[in-house]
Amino acid sequence: MSDKIYRVNMKELNYRIEDVPEEWMGLGGRGLTSTVIAAEVDPECHPLGPNNKMVFAPGLLSGTIAANSGRNSLGIKSPLTGGIKESNVGGTIAGIMAKLGVKALIIEDIPEDDSTFYHIHVTKEHVTIEPCPELVGKENFEVLDAMLERYDKKVAVMTIGTPGEQRMMISNISVKDPKGKLRSHGRGATGAVMGSKKIKVITVDAEKYKETHLADPEKFKSANKVFTKALQENPISGEGLPAFGTNVLVNIINEAGGLPARNFRYGNSENAEAICGETMADNIKARGGSTTHGCHAGCVIQCSQTYNDEEGNYLASGFEYEMIWAFGANFGISDLDLIAKIDNLMDNIGVDAIETGVTFGVAAEGGLLEFEDGETVYKILSEDIPQGTPLGKIIGSGAGNVGKILGVVRVPVVKNQSIPAYEPRAIKGQGITYVTTPMGADHTAGYAVATNILNSGGYIDPLKKEGQVELSRNLQIASAAIDSTGMCIFVAFPALDDPACLPALIDMINARFGINLTGEDVTSLGARILKTEHAFNLKAGLTAADDRIPEFMKYEPLPPHNVVWDFTNEEIDAFWDF
Amino acid sequence: MENAIEVTVKLFAQYREGHFKAEPRVYPKGTTVEGVIIETGIPVEQFPIGVIMINGRHMDESYVIEHGDTVSLFPKVGGG
Repeated sequence: MSDKIYRVNMKELNYRIEDVPEEWMGLGGRGLTSTVIAAEVDPECHPLGPNNKMVFAPGLLSGTIAANSGRNSLGIKSPLTGGIKESNVGGTIAGIMAKLGVKALIIEDIPEDDSTFYHIHVTKEHVTIEPCPELVGKENFEVLDAMLERYDKKVAVMTIGTPGEQRMMISNISVKDPKGKLRSHGRGATGAVMGSKKIKVITVDAEKYKETHLADPEKFKSANKVFTKALQENPISGEGLPAFGTNVLVNIINEAGGLPARNFRYGNSENAEAICGETMADNIKARGGSTTHGCHAGCVIQCSQTYNDEEGNYLASGFEYEMIWAFGANFGISDLDLIAKIDNLMDNIGVDAIETGVTFGVAAEGGLLEFEDGETVYKILSEDIPQGTPLGKIIGSGAGNVGKILGVVRVPVVKNQSIPAYEPRAIKGQGITYVTTPMGADHTAGYAVATNILNSGGYIDPLKKEGQVELSRNLQIASAAIDSTGMCIFVAFPALDDPACLPALIDMINARFGINLTGEDVTSLGARILKTEHAFNLKAGLTAADDRIPEFMKYEPLPPHNVVWDFTNEEIDAFWDF
Repeated sequence: MENAIEVTVKLFAQYREGHFKAEPRVYPKGTTVEGVIIETGIPVEQFPIGVIMINGRHMDESYVIEHGDTVSLFPKVGGG
């Protein structure tokens, strides 16, 4: 049974199931999505027009028993950045597509009749594309319920809420997780592209096909044992993340003076203790909830959680550091429960937590609302954005656009995408990742925080320039490769410090496909992906002048260390010398 | 105590359990971070030290604390 490419055309409202071209055979996840986008999408196309495509691809190991292999990649030309985008998600979709033999699901063009939205359902033999007027205007959880009523409860679901329907720049695509909650193809306005193609929901059959083919099952099993052990014995992936979640970072980043606060004015937040992972874990213990929850089947890290209010009622799950930082430290809300309510609301309507949170910070800076005013945030997200009021449309346009509308100078974006929860002035290696990654400001593209702050993979002083470009380059190459395997990016923690981890991962890829990749092959794959993405961006009209930090960071010293961004253009551009 | 200095010690993640979040503490002059770690009794055998910061800057266990320092002690943590 060989994998196939499933190609859906939204203008013709038909589909083809194609053989996988030779040159795409060894690719999966980000490697495949970026290769297809670069090969088939005109870099100069309008991202919301007929010539953009969506490419969904599970990782090379997705659908197998390999621990933490359930990540799915989506490739588009991003309407937010104007460049290539790979957005990576957990949930059940990757494993289910892989078991069905869907190497990639490619969606092309837009319908001529734009009066309704469509529901795409993928089975092994067929793809159905049918209008779904009854779902238009509904938010994600209601769409999810409708799909669970119609199909087997394990069906994979990818959906957009009203922000995606309205093609907003903060919109994302929500993906069902094993517990029926939602994860997101979060960044880069993925929801707007799905909305432009008039697709409300995509479902994939999970009933009939339950296994992937392994070329060497024995070798696979023993490599997975070594790999799983590496994940479980690493203090970060084995202990810290399950106990405190990703939100454990609030305190350490705050102590290091790199936690962006009040729209990137300060490197410390007075709210840190109120919103930190330790406080969250205490609340979970006291209120009943769970500190451990996997975003995809086969996850042994379980960094996610279920967070309840004081009465023990469910508030949020997948309550992550980036979101809590954006609304707690950067916008200034000190009430963790209110932040949780906002988190669940954002899951429901389908907006990117980072882009939305940073947008509110810029909006507060520009006087549209007050910092700390979480009630107004909640109202805008629950009323103005779904209804598409002028205020909703403005907030929905993202931080870069809101900055322009309000005449704000302090606009923390790179390639028009909001900077996440690590201050580039105080964590300079991470800043190099923000400016150089083809994705726009993205923390997962090359997580230099590991080596700048967390003492993972050694230590490079976060306040100094030395070694940062090389660090970021090596991490970005490795991340591009990991993003192709279907592995969660947190496997990077054991991979950085445990020599048994990466070879076991490569052994699994080899045992899955009956091939003989070496560590060097994997590195060169990562480098090739990065260069493919960079070349696409250059053809799309992005230049070295887009690989830059917002100017205010060059002249506003960031407390407490009073540091500025001090890389020269030449130092940044040397990133691409490989 | 003429030889005494006062510092703020902050503990994080698993180190807080049964200990404290942040406290002013008095030590003899010349105490290293290693000495502080031993004195606090945090469970470094179960959760080895991941990061030591003095006033928000990374240091190692041999650093000799000075009056007024903030000493932050973390087990290995990560996220993203």
